[in-house]
Amino acid sequence: MPRDFLAGARDQYDVVVIGSGLGGMTAANILGRLGYRVLLLEQHYKLGGLATWFRRPGGNIFDISLHGFPYGMVKSCRRYWNEEIANGIVPLRTIRYDNPMFSLTTRFDRDDFTRLLTTRFGQPPEKVQEFFEFIRKMNFYDDQTMTVKELFDRFFPGREDIIRLLMEPITYANGSTLEDPAVAYGIVFSNFMAKGVYTYRGGTDDLIQRMKEELLKNGVDVRVRCPVERIHIVRRKVAGVTVHGRYLAARAVVSNANLLATILRFAGPEHFDKDFIEEVKAVRLNNSSTQVYIALKQGDLLDESIGDLLFSSTAPYFRTEALLSRNITSRTFSFYYPSLRPHAPPRCYVVSSTNARYEDWANLSEEEYRKSKQELINSTLDALEKYVPDIRQRVAHVEAATPRTFERYTGHLAGASFGTKFEGLRVSRALPHQVEGLFHAGSVGIIMSGWLGAMNYGVIVANEVDNYLACPSLTVRKG
Amino acid sequence: MTPAEIRSLIVEILANIVPDVDLSQLRDDVPFREQLPLDSMDFLDIVMELRKRFRIQIPEDDYGMLASMASAIEYLSPRLVREKA
Repeated sequence: MPRDFLAGARDQYDVVVIGSGLGGMTAANILGRLGYRVLLLEQHYKLGGLATWFRRPGGNIFDISLHGFPYGMVKSCRRYWNEEIANGIVPLRTIRYDNPMFSLTTRFDRDDFTRLLTTRFGQPPEKVQEFFEFIRKMNFYDDQTMTVKELFDRFFPGREDIIRLLMEPITYANGSTLEDPAVAYGIVFSNFMAKGVYTYRGGTDDLIQRMKEELLKNGVDVRVRCPVERIHIVRRKVAGVTVHGRYLAARAVVSNANLLATILRFAGPEHFDKDFIEEVKAVRLNNSSTQVYIALKQGDLLDESIGDLLFSSTAPYFRTEALLSRNITSRTFSFYYPSLRPHAPPRCYVVSSTNARYEDWANLSEEEYRKSKQELINSTLDALEKYVPDIRQRVAHVEAATPRTFERYTGHLAGASFGTKFEGLRVSRALPHQVEGLFHAGSVGIIMSGWLGAMNYGVIVANEVDNYLACPSLTVRKG
Repeated sequence: MTPAEIRSLIVEILANIVPDVDLSQLRDDVPFREQLPLDSMDFLDIVMELRKRFRIQIPEDDYGMLASMASAIEYLSPRLVREKA
């Protein structure tokens, strides 16, 4: 008899949250705190979604997506989690670029970028100020016809080097491209420029453990290894979910799973308007990623002046196509120093991240796949050699993740590591107007992506769920 | 509730959202965002707090009515009448 991962679960809940990414956990926490009976279901064996980590023999521990997020996380953690979690958030001070166009170090905030743009890149101060003010005033519901490329052409025409300076880190943070709407870029970039880049001292494992304790304190029923098989809908209204063959009734369902999987796989297209399903099918998934995780031998300590984040590239120009190519020319190195986990043995880790296409990895034979992973590791170590000399002699453990890895652990379609493109936001927001009590809070369209975006989208949706549960009769179905 | 009561209620909610800011100089006719370091998430917190205390429903299309103290009082006055008990 297999273990019952739902042992002791109720037969009905006010809210079932599907998926424990930061958006799902935050929504669950807020609703639990408000007194609703909340069930949080995670398909994987641990909480966190892509806010995750893994351990390897010899005491090695790797963070997947910890560095770095905007300052807004402090406020969101304080308000929707607790003081201790908020107090763990610390700045990353050394952000580096190294590419054929320029090499520089920055604090990655508005003051320092103004300095760089006016001195090093020779832009008039008024122009730089005008650019910052222009993007700071952007709202996600603004006109979306202007692309990121057009935004840059308007303020810094012909300056490929400035585009790279402004764009490369945001592409790393949320997968955005020059072809995406300018508002999506502007909002995220402004968030960073406000106060720079932050991380969480204690590591992802500590963060997620504290969040789990807070969820339990607020009465949330937390279950791992519980993949949802079905969201049940009766006459355009949510009725419950099926997990491990067991039916659980729910007044509302919040899906933190991939948007397309939520609608097409868990709910089923027959419960939605035809033209809505057409719109759903037109939503593009965001790209996936590859990562290489490198642990240095214990006691081999890198000087922190190497940087916290290093955007390294050998490509002559910044091009979206080149970023996704199997022929990798651009890598973001995240350096993790012993100060991140003060109580762990002193070790340094480097995680190399690159955007990637699922198609390039999906259909490889096992032999080709194994070989490709090894090539990815080799080329990454070659690239890192420039910054960490003799790297091969210093490595204690190294391994790679591909789009297939991300697909396996998160259940995301095509291993999408940043949810869907911008058009997904409209679909996500419209869900409760199609099916009463059905909500989605997951990565859609860049601004609702990344750690802060995901968490804040969880807040926005928790507010809507509370609204619906508190006064369901007043929630009118639009359209 | 009287306008004065609603005003002090909103000040109380704001004090929790921006604890480091002096709210005694708050001007009623100027939008909050022009006087206080508030973002759209902060407005959401105001809406959630009002709902928690009064079970009052504020549709998203009406969030703009909370932009300044004057418009918020005008919007909330008729809606908070019956909720007081």
